[in-house]
Amino acid sequence: MGRSAQVSALEAERLSIAFGGVRAIDEVSLAIEPGVVFSIIGPNGAGKTTLFNLFSGLYVPLAGRVLFAGKDVTGLSPDRLARRGLSRTFQNLQIFFRMTVLENVMVGRHRHETTGVLADLLHLPSVRRQNRRTREAARAALSRVGLEAEAERRADALPYGALKRLELARALASEPKVLLLDEPAAGCNPVETKELDAVIRSIAKEGITVVLVEHDMRLVMNISDRVHVLANGRTLAEGSAAEVRSHPAVVEAYLGVHGAQEAANAFG
Amino acid sequence: MSVRDLSRHPLAALAWIVPIITVLPLFFPSAYYYRIGALVFIFALAALGLNLLMGFAGQVSLGHAGFLGIGGYAVAIGPAYLGVPAWLAIIGGAVLSGLIAYAVGRPILRLKGHYLAVATLGFGLLIAIVLTNESAWTGGPDGISVPRPALFGLNMRRSEPWYWLAAASFLLSAVIATNLIDSPTGRALRAIHDSELAARVLGIDVGQAKLAVFAISAAYASVAGSYLALFNGHITPDIAGFLNSIELAAMVVLGGMGSVVGSLVGAAVLVVLPQVLTILHEYEHIMLGLILMGCMIFLRRGIVPSLQAAWAGARR
Amino acid sequence: MLAESLQFFFSGLTVGAVYALVALGFTLIYNACDVINFAQGEFVMLGGMTTVFLALAGLPLPIAALLAVAVTVLMGLALHRLAIEPARGASPVVLIIITIGASIFLRGVAQVAFDKNFHSLPPVFGTNPIQLGGATILPHSLLVLAGAGAIVLLLWLFIDRTLIGKALIATATNRLAARLVGIDTRRMVGLSFAVAAGIGAIAGILITPITLTSYDVGTLLALKGFAAVMLGGIGSALGAVIGGLALGMVEAFSAGYLSSKYKDAAAFLVILLVLFAMPQGLLGRGKVERV
Repeated sequence: MGRSAQVSALEAERLSIAFGGVRAIDEVSLAIEPGVVFSIIGPNGAGKTTLFNLFSGLYVPLAGRVLFAGKDVTGLSPDRLARRGLSRTFQNLQIFFRMTVLENVMVGRHRHETTGVLADLLHLPSVRRQNRRTREAARAALSRVGLEAEAERRADALPYGALKRLELARALASEPKVLLLDEPAAGCNPVETKELDAVIRSIAKEGITVVLVEHDMRLVMNISDRVHVLANGRTLAEGSAAEVRSHPAVVEAYLGVHGAQEAANAFG
Repeated sequence: MSVRDLSRHPLAALAWIVPIITVLPLFFPSAYYYRIGALVFIFALAALGLNLLMGFAGQVSLGHAGFLGIGGYAVAIGPAYLGVPAWLAIIGGAVLSGLIAYAVGRPILRLKGHYLAVATLGFGLLIAIVLTNESAWTGGPDGISVPRPALFGLNMRRSEPWYWLAAASFLLSAVIATNLIDSPTGRALRAIHDSELAARVLGIDVGQAKLAVFAISAAYASVAGSYLALFNGHITPDIAGFLNSIELAAMVVLGGMGSVVGSLVGAAVLVVLPQVLTILHEYEHIMLGLILMGCMIFLRRGIVPSLQAAWAGARR
Repeated sequence: MLAESLQFFFSGLTVGAVYALVALGFTLIYNACDVINFAQGEFVMLGGMTTVFLALAGLPLPIAALLAVAVTVLMGLALHRLAIEPARGASPVVLIIITIGASIFLRGVAQVAFDKNFHSLPPVFGTNPIQLGGATILPHSLLVLAGAGAIVLLLWLFIDRTLIGKALIATATNRLAARLVGIDTRRMVGLSFAVAAGIGAIAGILITPITLTSYDVGTLLALKGFAAVMLGGIGSALGAVIGGLALGMVEAFSAGYLSSKYKDAAAFLVILLVLFAMPQGLLGRGKVERV
């Protein structure tokens, strides 16, 4: 079957970070295998987005390491991580509102564009050819999320749900090895969430490692290969979706001690 | 390609400038109008460079006239003290401006918003102060004269050849700027304007991109400054002063941030209007102040974007 | 050597007090409506010049000064009502250009209404300098310092102890919330302009006997006041005062020990250096961008 010890796609090794004396992430370790759908869940304020920010180079950890494809990338800037194949979406959208939908996704192709400033200024044939290729790849990404009809519209004309899909298409266009999705289902209705489920599955089938921060438990339980639970900046539990769901500490973290007792009483 | 496809090409927006440039002089009653026209295109060139920085990349510079000064004094000092021909001095000034922009830009462009504004302001003022004080090189507050260049045997004392030269230079620069829009560099700059964060995580080296556009915009301004100095035959440190910096920024905002044609429109308004009101010389500042305030209050998106919006609305 | 330093210290303190007042005016308006008011320097100019010309016209000095402050306050209100309010919601660059346009406009008005010469006012306590530790200081300088200190104190009392002052702070902190509790935020912003204009005018009247005044002193003052605000950290009133005093010191000492030709440059150089090292200024709050 192959070696039992595979190089992890993304790994945190005893990561810690503090803001103003409070440890937002405290000695968190996790290892994500390539090609899986890995979810990070936890109550509000658990540090999930902080962890994402550590992974994507927006924060530098106080202690610990981040490993990407087995190599130490701790402290690398976001753009250098992107060039290694890491991509992410944001909880509060970071769309380029003044650009069209298509142009937004074209920016996602940036790391595959090779022409220099001089060639760009002179609009050499190489730039024109590259523009054509970039446009095609962008359109392909748009059709994966069902937005190809909106390609020429300005991004600020789109509704919230469409913007979430746009950000996903943009991240996909960069052909990442690891894709971090920060609450992709937030604000989505059940129909949109089902579509999202399908898109994420198709992404994972291509071999891209998908890491999810999510509150929508149904989506998480349906789609995840592994789930990691954070609470108060620390690891609470990790395992398959089923294991985590019935873990007493997890239930307690979400519902509180009293709530957990109530739940236990209710379900016998 | 059909005509419709051609008309959607970004350069099509510039195409109508060509007939205007060539036809307009037929209406000039006197050589004075060539002078105004030349000044418009010279300032439009500087405004275009600033537009790349402000309109596209979303930065702000309230000290850009400093680069006008560097270019202007380059063509004054080069031929007079260093025996360098004018055309080489123009290029030298542009390169020097680009290098200074690169060096100063590293720390300055890490700032944002008001801090960036005041840092660029301070930088522009520093250049003006240095130009005023180093009188051995620059002739001090009264400035120095600039030897007129020889260009294909044309008499460069007259305004007419400058009109054509400035117009052609602006057109060329506009083509280059338009090329930038539909290119990876251009998209990266526009992305930085809307969300630096997202630009970063998509692999864009934001710091490098800002530096590049800062250097390019400095070079544009420098060439414009060189033209200005050669055209006037004289240069004083005022060229790098605060008033010029503000007028450049106002030209960009007034014409429409991010609009290449807007740079020309903004320059035209802010060069022609004061000339028209020159009879009220005493009231020049009052008029200028009212124009600036009025334009910003009533046309805050800029002339060209407002017109485009009105056009789009009318077509529906 | 010590006497020399002391001399620079005194002159730095005096001019620094004026920068501090200009910076304070900037901060008031910025806190109330996020606008950097470049016309702040013109308020200083108007205070001094109007007093001079009213006095020349025959009015007794105290009346002239009072009227000058009143006129300047009216200018501040007009600026708010006619130029800033109509442009509410415009981008920061547009607003900056509007206030710069206003400053150019006011300068043009002063040029026409007054003249282009330098003018002075008689110093209040006579021209005999006081000897202090080997250095000399004009009695009027002490008045400038005392006046500036009094203004800062009165402003603090106004904001901290009166209801209107609290309403102003509420507007500055969260405009929507202020409106929800019934505060007329437009009036509050207008008030901030009026107070800033008044402070500027008084500063102008105080400093004229020492540094003279003319129709175009406003620009450089505004730039330096702006720089002082950045130095202290935008939004902090204490920072504005400290920044202004620090700027005055830097100027005086560099003029004394380095070169007086470059004294203006020294101020801006220092600003640039501080901004590079501490982008949020000495006392500013660094913004943490939440994603």
